[in-house]
Amino acid sequence: MTVAYLNAPAQAALLDGARLGLPVMIASAPFGLLYGALAADQGLTLFETVLMSAAIYGGASQIVGLELFGQKVPPALVVLSIFAVNFRHILYSAAVGRRIGRWPLVQQLTAFFFLVDPVYAETENRVERGGKLSFAWYMGMCLPIYVSWLAVSGIGHVFGKLVPDPHALGFDFLVTIYFFGLVLGFRKRPLWLPIVLISGVASAVAYNTVGSPWHVSIGALAGIIFAVLMPVQREMEG
Amino acid sequence: MSDTLYIIIAGAILTYLTRIGGHLVLSRFDRVHPRVEAGLNAVPAAVLTTLVAPAAFSAGPAELAALVVAGLVALRFGTMSMFFAGAAVLIALRQVLG
Repeated sequence: MTVAYLNAPAQAALLDGARLGLPVMIASAPFGLLYGALAADQGLTLFETVLMSAAIYGGASQIVGLELFGQKVPPALVVLSIFAVNFRHILYSAAVGRRIGRWPLVQQLTAFFFLVDPVYAETENRVERGGKLSFAWYMGMCLPIYVSWLAVSGIGHVFGKLVPDPHALGFDFLVTIYFFGLVLGFRKRPLWLPIVLISGVASAVAYNTVGSPWHVSIGALAGIIFAVLMPVQREMEG
Repeated sequence: MSDTLYIIIAGAILTYLTRIGGHLVLSRFDRVHPRVEAGLNAVPAAVLTTLVAPAAFSAGPAELAALVVAGLVALRFGTMSMFFAGAAVLIALRQVLG
């Protein structure tokens, strides 16, 4: 598929999506470098490092998996941990399925593969603002993010040792800033503030008691259950 | 096959199942109950918040200042400006505070 074969509106949608991919590429780059450097530390080959990014395609779960590689943990348990970190995507696919359920099956199956946190957030944003959710727009956003994720993973593997002081450059916290911005982007939704407070406190408490990665599912469920129990409101006003 | 490859492939399959699983379950129903709808509308705020909260609660002054500045910028400007403003504050303060 090349751009030349697409009609004009599809081309415009593709570029529109690609524009949204740019900040994601920049925000996820330090995270990818960190992953690549850690993979090299754990003795993964360059091929395995990039393959893991290409096949699993979930930064936090890749790093959790790597940390367990070094600890003589049974492989099945490492796989289970990766699954646990990525469990939140079940909620994304349930929510996004409402929007793309009418796309041709192959397009749906493709789209779900690329459904990572920022892609999910931007897709919901697009719907909220009344924009058209087309496959061209979606892939225009996803492909640059994906390719750059593979690239920075490989670069991190080869050159990770050359970054003088990742802490001083904020590597560990940049992705937090980015996700914080995504949370704020939904502030016009019904019950936004109570949901954020409940999920925030519940996940922080779970993080310090049950531990990671379960704090994500526990915190998310707390906010969602609250929203389910509240009197039903008209959605997407304001 | 090495353990590493086994973990990568099994992890990838399970991850794909999470990315499609919610839709597979939900599409079995003809219509979505308004309360389920309300729950789904809460997903962005609820899930994304949990990716921020533990780091935010254990943040030092440099990290908190970065979040506050990023938050203020986000009220007026787009994602890019928000991210760069937060990153600039974080990196600058970490040079000073260590």
